[in-house]
Amino acid sequence: MSDTTLEARSAPRLRGRALAVLAALAAALAVAALAGPRYGALLLIGLGLGLAMEGLRFGFTGPWRRLILFRDATGMVAQMICIGLVAVIAFPLLASNPTELVGAHAPVGYAMIGGAFVFGMCMQIVLGCGSGTLVNAGSGNLVSAVALPFFCIGSFAGAYHLTWWTGLGSLPVAALSGNAGLALTLVALAAVAGIALAVAEPGKRMLPGRLWAAALIVAGLAILHLVVAGQPWGVVYGLGLWVAKGVTALGADLSGSAFWSAPSNVERIEQSLLTDITSLTDIGLIAGAALAAWWRDGLSAKVTGHPIQAWIAVIIAGFLLGYSSRLAFGCNIGALFSGVSTGSLHGWAWFAAAFTGSWYGIKLRPYLGLEARR
Amino acid sequence: MTRRPIVVALLVAVAGVLTLDLATSRPLDPFTAPPLLALGSGQASGGAHCASLPGS
Repeated sequence: MSDTTLEARSAPRLRGRALAVLAALAAALAVAALAGPRYGALLLIGLGLGLAMEGLRFGFTGPWRRLILFRDATGMVAQMICIGLVAVIAFPLLASNPTELVGAHAPVGYAMIGGAFVFGMCMQIVLGCGSGTLVNAGSGNLVSAVALPFFCIGSFAGAYHLTWWTGLGSLPVAALSGNAGLALTLVALAAVAGIALAVAEPGKRMLPGRLWAAALIVAGLAILHLVVAGQPWGVVYGLGLWVAKGVTALGADLSGSAFWSAPSNVERIEQSLLTDITSLTDIGLIAGAALAAWWRDGLSAKVTGHPIQAWIAVIIAGFLLGYSSRLAFGCNIGALFSGVSTGSLHGWAWFAAAFTGSWYGIKLRPYLGLEARR
Repeated sequence: MTRRPIVVALLVAVAGVLTLDLATSRPLDPFTAPPLLALGSGQASGGAHCASLPGS
């Protein structure tokens, strides 16, 4: 094929990509003009996260699966590096700006641990966590696209019942802080990475360049999120809010829920999603992943089919992902990534419970018809 | 089936949610919006987060 032919074929593609970038920037500018500059910036941060996670294949569910099944430590080590990078900046920022910035701090409790266990199991069933379901759906994964609406409904329902669950028993909120807290966090992250490297097979320990790049970019965007929003990156609150707004618009009365009738949440329901932090980054994640997938292969990959019982399992697991993540005070992003990087002990409890749940989720997948039995 | 119709359907659904949201929510007012950066703004963080307890 001649150079001229190649140029002729690539020109429309380049034009399409340029137009897509311009459209994304125009959307962020429109949000900034309509709602305020902070909200436009948050949409851009979400877009960047979606582009990085899909484009560089950085996530949580897949790396845990590869570590458990194939003793591949690379993805898990990349996660620990990424969380550590955020912690190095977030700890001093939170300490020196206690009124303007808050961490993702929540109590450890029975429901929190149980929720994280169920979340870990279900994220392996659908092969998508909080961020992963949004990114995968955005890139055209049918399983995640089917799971997503039920994830939203589950998130709404879990929040609706949250106070009942926390009433079963919770410890006071505990968070590490200061230099000692940061040092302890970094040592613990290094210990997890060290264990992963120790159990890994030879040849599955060295991080490829894309994972280094992804860890740096995602960490940078997460720190930017904290600086812009005043709070760490989160995912599942926004998903439940979309349903809360929908049912309220249809005339439902949410006063029976201590969570949804709390003044701060009533305010969120009344205000537009274009002023909600997690909604904007969630939408950005979906759109950014769609852009990355389109750039990579033009979304021409074929969709894999599954038997009916697999789709039923996806719907139930999708609902449970949303419900359990509210009980667990976050998903892999709100609890693990943001909780640990801002010192919350619930992030570590979440990690232990969700990783255990993941082991069972991986075992369940073949019985649910989602993959061949080994 | 390829991934393209799934992505198109999802983006249309998100656009639909936003359209309904704008139709049913309080009007937006960029002039009362918080500053670009929370850091250095002097304002308390007021956003909702998955780790927040009700009413906190």
